[in-house]
Amino acid sequence: MSDIALTSAPAHLRHGSSIGQPLTRRDGPLKVTGEARYAADNHPPGMLFAVLAVSTVARGRVLGFDLAAAKGHPGVVEVMTPVNRPPLAGDPDGKESPFAFRMDVLQNDRVRYPQQPVAVVIAETLEAATEGAALLAPRYEAEPARVGLDGAEPFAPKVVGAGNPASARHGDVESGLRAASHRLEATYETPAQYHNAMEPHAIVAAWDGDTLSIDTPSQGMALTQARIAGLFGIPPAGITIRSPFLGGGFGSKGLLNGPQVLGILAARLVGRPVKLVLRREQMYGPVGHRAPTRQTIRMGTDAGGAFTAIANQARTATSTFDDFIEPAADVAHALYATPALLTGHDAVRLDTGTPMFMRAPGEAPGSIALESAVDEMAEACGMDPLAFRLKNYAEVEPSSGRPFSSKALRECYAQGAERFGWSRRPLAPRRMRDEAGLLVGWGMGTAIFPALMFAGHARAVLKADGTGVVETGAHDMGQGAWTALAQIAADGLGLPLDRIEFRSGHSALPDAGLAGGSAHTATAGVAIDRAGADAIAKLAGLATRDRRSPLFGAGNAGVVARDGRLHRRDDEARSEGYADILARAGLGEIEGRGTGAADPAAQAAFAMHAHGAVFAEVKVDPEFGQVRCTRLVGAFAAGRVVNPRMVRSQYKGGMVWGVSFALHEQAVTDGRTGRVMNANLAEYHVPVNADVPSLEAILVHEHDPHVNPLGIKGVGEIAITGTAGAVANAVWHATGVRCRHFPIGLEQLIGV
Amino acid sequence: MNSFEFVRPATVAEAVAAASAPGAAYHAAGTNLLDLMKGGVARPTRLVDVNRLPGLDRIEHAPDGGVRVGALVRNADLAHDPAFSRRFPAVAEALLSGASAQLRNAATVGGNLLQRTRCAYFYDLASACNKREPGAGCDARGGENRLHAVLGWSGSCIATHPSDFCVPLAALGATVEIESKAGRRDVPLLDFHRLPGAAPERETVLEPGDLVVAVRLPAEAARFAAHARYLKVRERTSYAFAVVSAAAALRMEAGRIAEARIALGGVALKPWRAHDAEAALAGAQPDAASFRRAAEAALTGAEPSGGNAFKIELARRIVARALAMAAGGTPERVPALPASPFAPAPGASVHV
Repeated sequence: MSDIALTSAPAHLRHGSSIGQPLTRRDGPLKVTGEARYAADNHPPGMLFAVLAVSTVARGRVLGFDLAAAKGHPGVVEVMTPVNRPPLAGDPDGKESPFAFRMDVLQNDRVRYPQQPVAVVIAETLEAATEGAALLAPRYEAEPARVGLDGAEPFAPKVVGAGNPASARHGDVESGLRAASHRLEATYETPAQYHNAMEPHAIVAAWDGDTLSIDTPSQGMALTQARIAGLFGIPPAGITIRSPFLGGGFGSKGLLNGPQVLGILAARLVGRPVKLVLRREQMYGPVGHRAPTRQTIRMGTDAGGAFTAIANQARTATSTFDDFIEPAADVAHALYATPALLTGHDAVRLDTGTPMFMRAPGEAPGSIALESAVDEMAEACGMDPLAFRLKNYAEVEPSSGRPFSSKALRECYAQGAERFGWSRRPLAPRRMRDEAGLLVGWGMGTAIFPALMFAGHARAVLKADGTGVVETGAHDMGQGAWTALAQIAADGLGLPLDRIEFRSGHSALPDAGLAGGSAHTATAGVAIDRAGADAIAKLAGLATRDRRSPLFGAGNAGVVARDGRLHRRDDEARSEGYADILARAGLGEIEGRGTGAADPAAQAAFAMHAHGAVFAEVKVDPEFGQVRCTRLVGAFAAGRVVNPRMVRSQYKGGMVWGVSFALHEQAVTDGRTGRVMNANLAEYHVPVNADVPSLEAILVHEHDPHVNPLGIKGVGEIAITGTAGAVANAVWHATGVRCRHFPIGLEQLIGV
Repeated sequence: MNSFEFVRPATVAEAVAAASAPGAAYHAAGTNLLDLMKGGVARPTRLVDVNRLPGLDRIEHAPDGGVRVGALVRNADLAHDPAFSRRFPAVAEALLSGASAQLRNAATVGGNLLQRTRCAYFYDLASACNKREPGAGCDARGGENRLHAVLGWSGSCIATHPSDFCVPLAALGATVEIESKAGRRDVPLLDFHRLPGAAPERETVLEPGDLVVAVRLPAEAARFAAHARYLKVRERTSYAFAVVSAAAALRMEAGRIAEARIALGGVALKPWRAHDAEAALAGAQPDAASFRRAAEAALTGAEPSGGNAFKIELARRIVARALAMAAGGTPERVPALPASPFAPAPGASVHV
């Protein structure tokens, strides 16, 4: 099942609890030696290469191709178009569930966005398929492209994000604003962004009759399997997905997308295994993106700086054929105490691929706008931005009135500010220079992300030799699931890490739920923990009911599983090894099952979020407007930390992403054609090492008895929030210029 | 696949002969050409690999202080040649501010001169581009052009030349040695690249088969070594093309500017030598007023080609700053962030 040879005994492995240990990645040696097998590294015998031909127009119809030229090219085996594309049982334009996004798999000749697949060329070599695709030279009947947030009539969506109401109201915002001593109304714009995982989307598909075997990077194997089953009319059990490693996903590999289906269809058409890998620019269409937003924020405070109202009306965009509404305004729901809160969304339909979940969907663009506005509000009140945030500290969730399951945000503020040296910050902007004369600014932002859970399952087995096997179909996108989940598995079975085998990344294993929403460690982790507990409970039952066991009769006192032995809880000296218990019972192994899912009662009673505080220093050249983020300190509280090394990495990665959001990242779209003109990693800027010279993430202790049995909240997305706003606010503090259009470009700062 | 011929000549003469055929292109490191081929922007039918040609990978320092740099010398090797960087520090700084360490290790001197514009419409086959397809039109005009040219552009092309290396070379009066069927000839770097005019597809003075074999810097260029800088403003701290850059070199005598050299990058389809600005500085005090006057002169005739008017004033400020930095003296070592506004300034603050 799992052919992944992970490091089982890192040198620094400590005796005792595995949870909480800063283990290095168990898949690290595989990755640094190139042994880790990513999807596109798989070349089954007889495999052909498929290359997409994609649309160069945003809207219209394909009139025809030069099929003869493509088919006649040496090495080309077949060209798949709507004419010969194998039939599908399910409708790719159907909407069986909110998570079944419509996709373009050659169902007709319509073009609805640039980079839409319009044909697939299948050849003996990648080079032949590439040239064949170029020779196809599609002819189009083009229609004018609808581009930009003013490019179409807005409509009112029913839901936003993963199903939130499109608007929310609590209290009376208008009277709150009327009563305010200080008021702010400001509009913030964020650009379209693309996930740009380092590993492009890829699939290797092989059919054997009606069973299908695929290698593809997936953040959600079970959902993917179910969608493929529906589209092809085959049972899910007949579909095997291997996804041991992802070179980044960020949401763009969560749900089945069109190019993956085209790879499967191509394999069907030619009756041989087929590999299809997207080119970088082809990742700017059919596999999702973050839509642009325009957020108009209105705020008011009383004379003392306490909010009287917060409102955010957000405009965003979706495709012409499906709905994904970036829920940008919603981040205000849980952050600052206010008697009146109003959020709403509208959207325009543009000739783009459908937007999709992208790391901190809604929270990321919402946070940079809200944190910028809060900074402006603090300025209007003449208050220090940290003091202003503390003044408006939410003791209960403002939108619902629920208490928080845990909230160590005050400690985050305190520890982050102390480490950063925030108390030395002058209140007014443009007051600090470095020794070279560069403008220096300090800004801050609050980070928040909901503590979500999906439903996940796991299986744990104790074997006759005293070792354990733990299985769950989890997804390691680079965040360290192979390691963190194994640590939970070891503790769940009461075994040292080097005595368990952890199997993951395969669809035949129990469904671990989607690796999204920063929920994977909590979901799969609780399932693993429960599965271990189930196995241990069965083992304990064997021992405590057996007169020959030293644990006989301990049923009421209970036993503790530790280091491969069960110990009587009230008498540690009485214990028995797992192998002995199984041997006496004549069992080869004992199996436990577990499920992780949110507890509806706890969810009804408590608001559950991770929190953090991020402090940023930027330097700005006063004449050129070039900005560099020179220092970032983030302090985060997200419940129990399974592996501090990996959690810190997640925070640091999120903080770098926040810098990117504030200063660098954007899709540059031609307003005439709707085409993204910087669809490559040379011109689509993300930070390089020199852009973030000093980066520190502080883990703030937080015990959460309600969020789930392990007390785990998510850490994968939160650090983008807070950081992006902190950087933007630091730019203001350095320059005195409020930039409300992101990313902040140098022309906004040089006063020309 | 798109088949092309790959030939590996043993001598320069063989290379020139092989590359004289229609559709032929020279291949050195391929850091630009191979990307263009993968994107279908360039479709040569024959690649003439010059990597093994003898004698083109040498840095020859002349006794008089000049230098001859073979076309195959890698960017990193040239920047790290101690004698070269001592005499021509602004060139070394420019080289080290370009691309990434990996690319600098591969990219060659000749290839750097011949790299193509980064105009997105040139790279995008679905867009009209007169450079790619003469007569097709220019979709950069009226498009996303905030980084495009403000000097020397025409109605048919508003692209810029992306090289950092060429900017100080232009300032310092470099000469390009070209081997052709008719023999060897020298072309001043300033005449090597062509402005777009009505024929933007003609990017240089090279004729089919012409091979750049070396770049020379004259001895007199080394006289600026004590006051020579390159400054490059970009949209991230490293690994980005210049929004605008400038090379400034001063020869100081008794506290006054005896002679100045100034060139700009990122503003035109060729490295832009600012002769008028240089003339304005001859005999001037090295002060902010002089530098601003020179900066004004350097941008004489500048016009936005689209949404890029900010680049004109930005370029003036960059010229003035580069001059101030040059006046402050060449640092002992190339800064860890070469040519960056964030490199620590030696001595007094240059920010006012």
